[in-house]
Amino acid sequence: MAIEDPKERWSAVVATVTLGATSAEGGTRGKTLTIGGSSTLPFLGFDGETPNRPLIAMEVHDVAPAEWPAPLTDSLGGVLGDPAAWAAKCVSDFGADLICLRLTGTHPDSGNRGAADAVASVKAVLQAVDVPLIIWGCDVDDKDNDVLPRCSEAAAGERCLMGTVKEDNYKTLTASCLADGHNLITQSPLDINIAKQVNIMVSEMGFPLDRVVIFPTTGGLGYGIEYAYSIQERGRLAALSGDKMMSPPVIVTVGEEAWRGKEAKATTGEAPQWGPADVRGPMWEAMTAVILLQAGSDILVMRHPKAVELLKKTLDALMQSVPQG
Amino acid sequence: MIIIGERINGMFKVVKEAIQNRDKTAVQDLAKRQLAEGADMLDINVGTASANPVEAMRWLVETVREVTDAPLAIDNPNYETMKAGLEACKGRKMINSTTGQIEKLDIFLPLAREHNASVVALCIDESGVPVDVDGRVMVAMNILAKAMEYDVPIDELYIDPIILPVKAEQRGPGIVLESIKQFAMLADPAPHLVIGLSNLSQGAIDRKLINRTFLTMAIGVGLDAAIVDPLDTELMDAMITAELLMNRTIYSDSFLTAYRQR
Repeated sequence: MAIEDPKERWSAVVATVTLGATSAEGGTRGKTLTIGGSSTLPFLGFDGETPNRPLIAMEVHDVAPAEWPAPLTDSLGGVLGDPAAWAAKCVSDFGADLICLRLTGTHPDSGNRGAADAVASVKAVLQAVDVPLIIWGCDVDDKDNDVLPRCSEAAAGERCLMGTVKEDNYKTLTASCLADGHNLITQSPLDINIAKQVNIMVSEMGFPLDRVVIFPTTGGLGYGIEYAYSIQERGRLAALSGDKMMSPPVIVTVGEEAWRGKEAKATTGEAPQWGPADVRGPMWEAMTAVILLQAGSDILVMRHPKAVELLKKTLDALMQSVPQG
Repeated sequence: MIIIGERINGMFKVVKEAIQNRDKTAVQDLAKRQLAEGADMLDINVGTASANPVEAMRWLVETVREVTDAPLAIDNPNYETMKAGLEACKGRKMINSTTGQIEKLDIFLPLAREHNASVVALCIDESGVPVDVDGRVMVAMNILAKAMEYDVPIDELYIDPIILPVKAEQRGPGIVLESIKQFAMLADPAPHLVIGLSNLSQGAIDRKLINRTFLTMAIGVGLDAAIVDPLDTELMDAMITAELLMNRTIYSDSFLTAYRQR
């Protein structure tokens, strides 16, 4: 009499999304990257496969960020303010898998750069690196609806990942990404019901689910990470149980959230009992990343090179422990 | 919830005529419509349409297979007709059904294994339909033991506690609900639990209301499969809502349409 194998049996897998396009496919990237595809919960190699390694995207801003803490700006060297140089350094020196270009300079309160300037930044970064590109707006709907379609058009064929669309503002960018062949980030405010609904709405516009990446909103270590974790985990369980609308892979903004906290930002002088700032900040970011890896994250957007290095080592070890199918 | 669409049945006039005239369109249309409304599998039943049920079953299976890869539940009490249906069916399939009688289990469970088919086993044994919960649990336990003996994976086993018409036996629904609860505890992981819903309201008025009310009650105690009419929109809406209330799907504002797109 056979004894039942105690392996968990999931009825579906996480969807896969291809990032970037080579010249054969109408783009100019050196190669494409694929995310998603897991047939089990994160890194449970005894239950299923993890065919695609989670990716590290390094964050680049179109203008020099005001008020980034010294441990962060020091680590990046003098490239802040030059997105092309910054992107190139992230790839060549720090080993980023892809670049996440944040168009913060287009925000009305941070410079209010116009669409033409944003397009110039996008083109400069596309020229400077041959890895796939994420283009992320300033999060003000009217501005994004003006700027992002122009960026989408300028980068047509590159299969970028563009973001974001939300429940109450999705039609403009979805239409652009559909027309220009890009992937799309669907955003929700730590609300799984809205996450599902936004995916349903973009699907109803004819946008293919295999070009969607979910941004459930990220909480940093010590500042809401447990809630973010629980939502990501629920979403992943739903994906594996066959909920197609929850099947897209997930992107998380590790750097942005981790560096909000005083534990990451405080100088050594301000908080000597917390240890040296140049170790503390990157550790805070790396820990945030590792926790979210366990929740099920496929693209981690990071800032500090040391945190990236730590995460790469962790990923090397984790990926060695799981079958990749 | 696994929905097995019941409309392709030779007892219905439309299907009977289609089988007799070998009209593919009518059958394929029914198949597609049931799937569009959320059916996961399609029941294939020749009913009384033909003097040659083996031929009719083969034709019906092949006709439906032309338009879908969904699993087909071959529905016939006769071994030869069942075998013909299974052989004609490429891809995933189900035996609907065997009783819990030992001699039937000894025939149909190996047949299921041979065809890699899932199997519905009814809680009827040598003494007929059990009168109470304990009687049903006993038959279910025998079915489970035989399934283990023949290496039928638990995930391919669907146990049916047998729902009788409420008009004939009003204690029936309560007995079935309690039986479902207990079946769910018989093994870990549990077998699938299925009912043929329409039988409940045989001969009664407001059949659809009776059917969908019982279905939601049964979902509440652990039913995870049902043989129903997927073209009954109110029934499917009630089922989708009950699944949501049992935390089996994530809520979204479009939850009714999302289920049908999944």
